[in-house]
Amino acid sequence: MSKRIGLEASFATAEAARMADVDVIAAYPITPQTHIPERLAEMVADGELNAAYVPVESEHSAMSACLGAAAVGARTFTATAGQGLELMHEVVYAASSMRYPVVMTVCNRALSAPLSVWGDHSDAMAVRDTAWIQVFCQNSQEAFDLTLWAFRVGEDPKVLFPVMVHLDGFHLSHVTEPVILPEQEEVDRFLPRFHYPFALDPNRPMTHGGFGPPDIYSEAKIAQELAFRQSKEVVLQGWKEFGDIFGRYYRPVESYRIEGAKTLLMTMGSFTETAKIVIDDRRDKGEAIGLISLRLWRPFPFEEFRQAVKDAKIIIIFDRCISSGMGGPVFSEVRSALYNEEARPKVISFIGGLGGRNMSEKDFDYVINRGKEIVEKGSEKMFETVGIRGKVTSIRG
Amino acid sequence: MRMLKEFIKFGKNPVTTEEFFTAGHSFCIGCGEALALRLACKALGSNVIIANATGCIEICTSPLPVTSWRVPWIHTLFENTAATISGVEAGLKILTKKGKMPDRHIKCVAVAGDGGTADIGIQALSGAFERNHDFLYLCFDNEAYMNTGIQRSSATPYGASTTTAPAGKFSIGQVTRKKNMAAIAAAHDIPYVATACPSYHLDLMEKVRKGAEIKGPAYIHILSPCPTGWRYRSDLAITIGQLAVQTGIFPLYEIEYGRYRLNADPPKLKPIEEYLKLQGRYRHLTDKQVQRIQEMVNEDYVKLKEKAAASPL
Amino acid sequence: MTQKRLKIGTDFTWRDMEVGNIITEAGSAALRRTGDWRSQRPITDKEKCNKCNLCWLYCPDAAIKPLEDGYYETDLFYCKGCGICAKVCPKGAITMIEEEEQ
Repeated sequence: MSKRIGLEASFATAEAARMADVDVIAAYPITPQTHIPERLAEMVADGELNAAYVPVESEHSAMSACLGAAAVGARTFTATAGQGLELMHEVVYAASSMRYPVVMTVCNRALSAPLSVWGDHSDAMAVRDTAWIQVFCQNSQEAFDLTLWAFRVGEDPKVLFPVMVHLDGFHLSHVTEPVILPEQEEVDRFLPRFHYPFALDPNRPMTHGGFGPPDIYSEAKIAQELAFRQSKEVVLQGWKEFGDIFGRYYRPVESYRIEGAKTLLMTMGSFTETAKIVIDDRRDKGEAIGLISLRLWRPFPFEEFRQAVKDAKIIIIFDRCISSGMGGPVFSEVRSALYNEEARPKVISFIGGLGGRNMSEKDFDYVINRGKEIVEKGSEKMFETVGIRGKVTSIRG
Repeated sequence: MRMLKEFIKFGKNPVTTEEFFTAGHSFCIGCGEALALRLACKALGSNVIIANATGCIEICTSPLPVTSWRVPWIHTLFENTAATISGVEAGLKILTKKGKMPDRHIKCVAVAGDGGTADIGIQALSGAFERNHDFLYLCFDNEAYMNTGIQRSSATPYGASTTTAPAGKFSIGQVTRKKNMAAIAAAHDIPYVATACPSYHLDLMEKVRKGAEIKGPAYIHILSPCPTGWRYRSDLAITIGQLAVQTGIFPLYEIEYGRYRLNADPPKLKPIEEYLKLQGRYRHLTDKQVQRIQEMVNEDYVKLKEKAAASPL
Repeated sequence: MTQKRLKIGTDFTWRDMEVGNIITEAGSAALRRTGDWRSQRPITDKEKCNKCNLCWLYCPDAAIKPLEDGYYETDLFYCKGCGICAKVCPKGAITMIEEEEQ
C-alpha cells in the first residue's frame, strides 16, 4: 500500500533517491541543501540504502566524482545550491556534453554578493545554457516524483543527458508537506536498471573526453544540441509512464484555471502555490484570470507554452532573478518565444522574491493589479519590482 | 606480424611487448614524458581505467576523432583528475558490492602533469587521499605547464626560465623552490609514495607495479624530461634523467606510511652544473647562481637523508 | 586485408558523431604517419648490435619493433627521428643520418 506522510521536500528527495536504488552519491554540504546529503548519509550508515557515499571536498569535485561514477555505469546523484552550483559550473557543462545521466537536485539559492543562504532563482538562471534537462518543483510531492522521473529520463538510452531538479531553497526545501510514497514494487516497475552503453571497461576499451579541434567541434556541438532537443520526447513519455503507474500526470506547462482568462500570471517553482490562492480568490469574485507555471524549463517547452497562452491578451511574468543589464530572464525568454506569433499578448515583467524575500498573497495581488495598470497606462520601467523598499522610477529596456 | 615475443627480458625482469597507447600520437620528438608513460603502462597492464588530466598526455593521445588509447580512458577537465578517479573507484566498488558487476580487480589510475597535480589539482588530490580511495596517482612532472607553452608551475625548479617566470634583467627566472609533492603526499599518511625517472626504467616499472598493488592511495612522482620546454637536444631524455638523479636534484626514494627508503645514495653527487648546462632553460645562469643552486640541492639532499635516517623503512 | 583510412575531422558530419564524442575504436590513432615529422633517421649496424633491447625500450614512439631473431628494426611510419635510440645504444650500433630532401 502506498502511504501518505508528512515529509520535508529535502527528505522526500532523499527518499526518492533511496527508492531509485542510487549507486553513488558524491555531495558537498551547502545551505539550504544540507538536509539532502545528511539524510542520504544516514540511510547509508544505517544500511537502508546500499550506495557509495563519497564525502568530497568541494562541489567541483562532487560533480567530477559523479562523472567518474556515471562513466562506469553507476546510477549517480548529487545535490547543491547557489555558490556550490557556481563552483561546479565547468563540470556541469562537461556532464552534459559528455552525456552522463547524473541527477542533481538544486535547492535554489541566491548568489553572492552579498552572501545569502536564502532562496531565489539566480543559481538556476546561471546554468540555463548547460544542456541539462531542467524542471522546477512546486511542492514536496513533486520533489519526490520528479527525482524518480529524472533517473528514468536521463538514463534512457535515447537521452543520456543529466537532469536538474530545482527546489526553492528554504521555501520548499525545508517545508514539510503531505507526500504519497509509492510501493517499492511500483518504483521498480517504473525505473529500469541503469545500463550505460559506453561504460569504461577493460574488455571494451573506449576513450571518453577526447579534445575537439576546430574542424570537428561544431559538429559535436550541433549533434549534442539536436540530441538534447530530441530528449523532449522521452521527457513526455517518462511523465506518461509515471502517471500510468503512480496516478499523477505531469506536463511541461501547468495551466491553472485559464478558461476564458485574458490575463495570465506566470510563475515558476513553489511560489506558484501561493499565486494559485490569489487566482482562486479572484476567480471566486468573478475575475477571468488564470495562471501558468513552467514545470519544464529546459528544453524550453515552446509548443506547450504557446498553446497555453494562445487566448491570453496579457501575461504577467514573475521572475526571482535579475539578469543584470537585461531584466527578468524568464520574461526575456517568454517574450522571445512569442515574438513570431500572430497574436502577441502584452507581456509585463515583475521581479521579486530575491535572496529569500517572501511573496505573500498580498504581493501577488499587487502584481496582478499593477500589471493591469501598466497595460493601460504604460510604464517607464522595463520591469517592476515587488516588495523592494525605495522608489524606482526608471529602468530602460 | 613478425613480433612474436610477449615479453622481453631485462636481466630477470620480463617487460611486456604490448603497447597500451599506440604510436601515431603527437608527443614531441624525443619526449621524456611519452617514454615515462609508455613504461608505466607496461607495468600496469590492461586491466585498468585511466583518468587523465588536461595536459600534454591528454592532448597528444586523444585528438578527436581518433585515440591512441587501448585501455579504458577518461578525460573530463584539468584540476579534477583525483575527483574523477574517486568517482570511478567508488562506482566500481559499489557496483561490485551490489552484485551488478563481477569483481574484476580493475585498477583505478590517475594520470596528470605537475600543474594539474601541484597547482590546480592539489585540492582534489588531497581529498582523494583523505578519503582513502584505492587508486594509483601518477604525476608526470615536466616542471612547467608545457602543453600551453612552457609557463611556470609550482614544480618548476629554482632558476629555470619559463614564459611566465622568464629570466630577465631583474629576474633569475623561477624565484621559488620546487614544491615537494612527494612530501605533501606522504603527509597524508598514505601507504605508498615514490619518485621515479624513466632513465631508471626497471625502478620506475617496479614502483608503478608496487603502487598498483597497494590497496589504498599510492602516489608516484615521475620526472619527465621535456626537450621543448627544457630546451635540450631531442636525443638526451635518458641522459638528462640520469644526471637529475646522479646530481641529487631529483633523488629516487620511496615513502611508506611516512617511512623513507632512499633507492640510490651515491657516495658523491655529481656537480649540478653537469645537469644544468645541457638545458637551455638554465643557460642564463651566472656561475654564482649555479653555485647557489648547488647549495640548495645539497641542502635538500641533506634534509632528505635526515628524514630517511629519522624514519627509515 | 582492406587498408583502413585514417579518420580526420572533416570526414565527419554531425550525424557521424558518437554520443558524447566517445571514441569506441581503441588505438585508432595508429594510422597517423608521425614519420613525416622526422628530419633524421636511425641506421642500425647489426654487426655491433648485442640485442640488449634498450633501443626498443626507450623509444617514446614504440617505433622500434623486435624481430624474431632478437634484432630490431625501426618502423619508419612512426619514427620521429629523436635519436634517443642512438644515444642510449651501449655499442654505438645506431647512427642518425639526415633525411634526404624529397
